[in-house]
Amino acid sequence: MKHKTFLWFVLPSSLAMLLFIFFPLISITVQSLFVAHDQVLITVENCGPFGCTEATMVDQEATEALRREQPLGQFGGLKTYLDRNHLATGELAAAWRASDGLGDFAGRIVNLPFYKAMSFTLAYTAIVTPLTIIVGFMIAVAVNSAVKMIRGPLIFFSLLPMIITPLVGSLILFWMVDARGILGTGLQWVVGDPDLSVKASTPLMWTMLMVYGVWHSAPFAFIVYYAGLQTVNKDTLESAMIDGATRWQRVRYVVLPHLMPLTTFIALIQLMDNFRVFEPIVSFNASAHATSLSWAIYNDLGGETRQLNSAAATSVLTVIGVAILLSPVLVRTWRDFGKR
Amino acid sequence: MSVKAQEKPLSLKLFTVGFLTLWMILAAFPFLWTLWGSFKVEGDFFSKANWAWAITGELTQVETGGAFTGQGYEGAWIQEEFWRAALNSTLVCLFVVTISLTFGTLGGYALSRSTYRYAFWFLIIALIFRALPPITLVSGYLPVFFQWNLWGHLSTAVIVLVAINQPFTLWMLHSFFKNIPKDLDESAMVDGCTRFQAFRHVIIPVMWPGVITTGLFSFLLAYNDFAVTAMILSKENQTMIPKIASFLGTTQTKGNVMFAVAAVVSVTAPLFVMVMFFQRQIVSGLTAGAVKG
Repeated sequence: MKHKTFLWFVLPSSLAMLLFIFFPLISITVQSLFVAHDQVLITVENCGPFGCTEATMVDQEATEALRREQPLGQFGGLKTYLDRNHLATGELAAAWRASDGLGDFAGRIVNLPFYKAMSFTLAYTAIVTPLTIIVGFMIAVAVNSAVKMIRGPLIFFSLLPMIITPLVGSLILFWMVDARGILGTGLQWVVGDPDLSVKASTPLMWTMLMVYGVWHSAPFAFIVYYAGLQTVNKDTLESAMIDGATRWQRVRYVVLPHLMPLTTFIALIQLMDNFRVFEPIVSFNASAHATSLSWAIYNDLGGETRQLNSAAATSVLTVIGVAILLSPVLVRTWRDFGKR
Repeated sequence: MSVKAQEKPLSLKLFTVGFLTLWMILAAFPFLWTLWGSFKVEGDFFSKANWAWAITGELTQVETGGAFTGQGYEGAWIQEEFWRAALNSTLVCLFVVTISLTFGTLGGYALSRSTYRYAFWFLIIALIFRALPPITLVSGYLPVFFQWNLWGHLSTAVIVLVAINQPFTLWMLHSFFKNIPKDLDESAMVDGCTRFQAFRHVIIPVMWPGVITTGLFSFLLAYNDFAVTAMILSKENQTMIPKIASFLGTTQTKGNVMFAVAAVVSVTAPLFVMVMFFQRQIVSGLTAGAVKG
């Protein structure tokens, strides 16, 4: 295809991506280097019958004017990155000095907003991704061995947890594990503690969020593996059987190697999706126990005061996180491409 | 080969059946439970006395005289004007799907036919964009949208969602177009068509299966989005998902959590219907990227 024709064909979508993905990326980088204007303070003298007192007031008009003139705020360099809500270098150093061991240090820093969000995001990604792959594989094998006639309905119901809107799906689960809901009551009965509440306990909340994560994404792994299982070479399986391979050995040495590229694909997609975990935290109202990077951005942007600079700094840090996650894939692509 | 050799031992068979049954319950039961419960009053769905009341509806009978009540739906759709959000969602989804597919088919076609290296790098950049959480971009949009008075309108949300959708759409359509033989459009060009005419008269008539599948996923992205629409739509232009989130803030205190339950069921219903009719396309779409590597 000629260069010029190619350009015309990709123009609409590249324009859309340039304007609404690439430019915002630059914009957040710039914003994160600025800090909001301080309020303009003026000193006024109040004179009454008992003498004069000086009071400091916020000059609303001047503040408004200044903010309108320079909407970005004032240049702050890396100030936003280093403050308490982000990398918190000062607090980190203080915690390091005060702590008497690595465990104590970790205990101190997980209460800082950024590290709290980071620890949950990483834990969620690291635990949900492999579990999704394992559960998805088990479902695929089970469905594949079912009678042909019921496979259609099986796939239909298996797709539901994945297709459902994340916010809605997690709400449905949340209502069920409510202390007054069916699962919540069930849990209380199993543990034998009538006051048990998922909302009040951090470990239970983390577990619930992760259970939701696996429930939501296992169907994706299942569908991909199921499609892969249809293309397993029957002859190889047969010859392995003739050679005396047990059922387990056949799975281990024939089926699994065949599915390996699919596993890479699922892991890649799941890493990307789990790293952005967000909606369940809103639905579960879990921010007291678990926050994520995306939630931190959302929290900065919402509410009365939109803290754009702070949100931008967290966004940049998140983008860096995604880049680190993706780097193995990119490096491999780069190498493969060099070989060609 | 004898069928006997392939037969499973009984224990494995039982395990498989048990596991499948468990998974089916896990996958389907929450939906059935919520659907059933949405026709009860709050005192039954969140029962302090006995969880089984959510099934039998003791308090619903006391309060309304029947075992089922449409109060939640009435409150959500009429009192809280959920119909407006439903209308907004319909508009947003319709336009996002149409525009993304138009842009995506053009781009995906070009990417599948170009043999130059930049087409490859284009796709890699799209992959990187796909990996970015959409909410990281929002703080980049807001100052500009405020300044130019674009904030809060449905059309803004449509364009932003189209852009966020593009990387995925391009990847998917690119792999579908790769499967359409090159000879088809090239022979048209030998006969004197320009590239665009070849696309218009030869490729468009055969591309629909791929386009429908991609369209389903574009629809899902627009329909399910919460992070972006919650931030860039004003209150009266809210789509369904942010509206449900706002129910949680306001109505839980009023004791009308049943509005949210009814709204959740209303949002789920179209998705059910979609899976029912397009199961094959969804499955093929999910596997398209994977099986080809």
